[in-house]
Amino acid sequence: MSDIAAHSLTGETTVPLLEVRGLTKNFHVPGRGNNVLCALDKIDLHVGRGETLGLVGESGCGKSTLARTLLMLEQPDEGTIRFEGSDPFGLKGKQLLAWRRRVQMVFQDPFASLNARMTAGEIISEPWATHTDLYPTKKARAARLQELMEIVGLRPSDAGKSPQEFSGGQRQRIGIARALALNPDVIVLDEPVSALDLSVQAQVLNLLNDLQKRLGVAYIFISHDLSVVRHVADRVAVMYLGRIVETGTTEQVFERPRHPYTAALMSASPQLDVTGTAPRNRIVLEGEMPSPLDPPSGCRFRTRCWKAEEICATLAPPAASAPDDPRHVAECHFPIAADGMPAAGGPVRPRNAVNLLAPRQ
Amino acid sequence: MTSHTQTATAPRDQLTEGEVVLTVTGLDVDIRTPKGVLRAVNNVSFEARAGRTLALLGESGCGKSMTAKAVAGLLDPVADVTGGTVVLNGTDLAALTPKQRLKYAGPELGIVFQDALTALNPVYTVGTQLGEAFRIHQGLSKKAAKVKAIELMRHVGIPQPESRVDSFPHQFSGGMRQRILIAMAVALGPRLLIADEPTTALDVTVQAQIMKLLRDLRTESHMAVVLITHDLALVAEEADTVAVMYAGNVVETGPVREVFGSPKHPYTRGLLDSVPADVGRGADLKSIAGSPPELHRIPEGCVYQSRCPLVQDVCRAIRPALEPEGTNRTVACHFSASSDTKELDNV
Repeated sequence: MSDIAAHSLTGETTVPLLEVRGLTKNFHVPGRGNNVLCALDKIDLHVGRGETLGLVGESGCGKSTLARTLLMLEQPDEGTIRFEGSDPFGLKGKQLLAWRRRVQMVFQDPFASLNARMTAGEIISEPWATHTDLYPTKKARAARLQELMEIVGLRPSDAGKSPQEFSGGQRQRIGIARALALNPDVIVLDEPVSALDLSVQAQVLNLLNDLQKRLGVAYIFISHDLSVVRHVADRVAVMYLGRIVETGTTEQVFERPRHPYTAALMSASPQLDVTGTAPRNRIVLEGEMPSPLDPPSGCRFRTRCWKAEEICATLAPPAASAPDDPRHVAECHFPIAADGMPAAGGPVRPRNAVNLLAPRQ
Repeated sequence: MTSHTQTATAPRDQLTEGEVVLTVTGLDVDIRTPKGVLRAVNNVSFEARAGRTLALLGESGCGKSMTAKAVAGLLDPVADVTGGTVVLNGTDLAALTPKQRLKYAGPELGIVFQDALTALNPVYTVGTQLGEAFRIHQGLSKKAAKVKAIELMRHVGIPQPESRVDSFPHQFSGGMRQRILIAMAVALGPRLLIADEPTTALDVTVQAQIMKLLRDLRTESHMAVVLITHDLALVAEEADTVAVMYAGNVVETGPVREVFGSPKHPYTRGLLDSVPADVGRGADLKSIAGSPPELHRIPEGCVYQSRCPLVQDVCRAIRPALEPEGTNRTVACHFSASSDTKELDNV
């Protein structure tokens, strides 16, 4: 395990652990004029071993559909998922089962995602009922259960309790232990702390951080809370209406956003700054995200963008790298320049654009 | 006391910024459960001033929403105000009967709830629901109330109000529904607006819009705003003063900048340390150990004793009262004066 963990800080390995290319998922909605809902539109992303990819975006942008597709709970319409070079969508039977072991998920709501009729121990050991070869003997399973509960900070003696006897933070620990039960390489965390109180949230974030260091597992961390993502992620992908509009390292995306949506998102998120004397001004976007049943032509963000011009309505912007780093990619015809000054004026009012790019304290 | 119509239509004496609008003193709320009576809100006191925002900050179950509901007179039948006064513009609301309260709900006090979809009635158009306040309090006709409703919708930034006034709540987006709810709350120009987690269900870009609307409305009418939230960053940006609640008790109050800049209560300090803001990637956050006590297990003595790093014997025996700290702050901790919570750094 230690050699795996050694890669975790570099982020980029030669072959990404998980690589997604052109992933598209449409849903057909009955009884509507235009009845195709494009939830994912040609998504590209990759995750290295031991790395954390943060996935941010507002509700309805396709974050959770992406998570479900990565777990093969949804069949994509187009595109490929490569796991260490092989495509799991061609697999069947035992091979598929073996693949599924490697990608696991932690769900958002620890109150709804645990079966109230099962004990904590039963919930954590349930994956072994399907993957029978992993811990074939009763004794091995019991030993592993105890180990898992200790890893996530639960008392093994509580294995017989039912979920409702635990607090919210402890329940999420049960969810994490269940995800770890099959020793996965990737865990998809779908809003793992958003249902928790702040003081408990910090405990769970520390646990996730600790587990990654010890086990070298990669995380795809989905959240709408930017301060949490900034804390946990090595790289960040920003989603808007089914597309990834910007990716880069956490530092790049947070401190030098190139896509206007990223800039607006960063700016809209309240900041805990008690040293500042003047109230922080910010970009307030007009309107809300359009319906994915009827996305705008061209650039999907143009209806709310203060930089939008004619070309944005006719031509979807291609993914373009930043001049200083090819890994910092944004899909915008008019990306915010590296000197950090978004253009002023237009329908939205960046009343004080300088603050936007000042590093958070 | 004036009649309904007079109260609502009489020209409102203009509020001057900073004057006290609401004074809550020693508020107790009990909940009757099969297990016995639980104290959900204990001896809570705070003030809200015209043109200012007071934040009630706390984690889930700390009693902040229960406090708001008690002030608004909207407690569930199993909960009762068992002590204290809620004085709004000279009248103790807690002493009124539900019927007497009616004339204050709307003209004097408005409330915005967290989840607009459940707060709005799905079978009436938004125009009907917005106009209801004018029909009840000002005796307007249906037609006149609809005109008022359209005016209100325009005021809170809903596009094409003339055509949308006949739409049902489900035909609006989340942000627009929240705007409608705010419009309902401010329809009769209340002195006090209680906003109970008004943006928790919304995305950040929409949250920014709604908070701006609330700010603009407050500036316009000089109403006092009580913002109930668990989001420290939102408090830092939106509120003037803050009351931090824990397990039904207020543990610290004061101007936001002072409280967040140098917290005196270990809980406030712990909350601020739990925010993943200025810690580098991969570094551990300073979390608070354990979780808040359940209502039926609130200990004797200090409510925070089980999680407090400064706990001593006295904390287990005597519950600290909310004592003045400097000129405009209060804190309920035995060790707030003798030891700055910075000592926690070494714990």
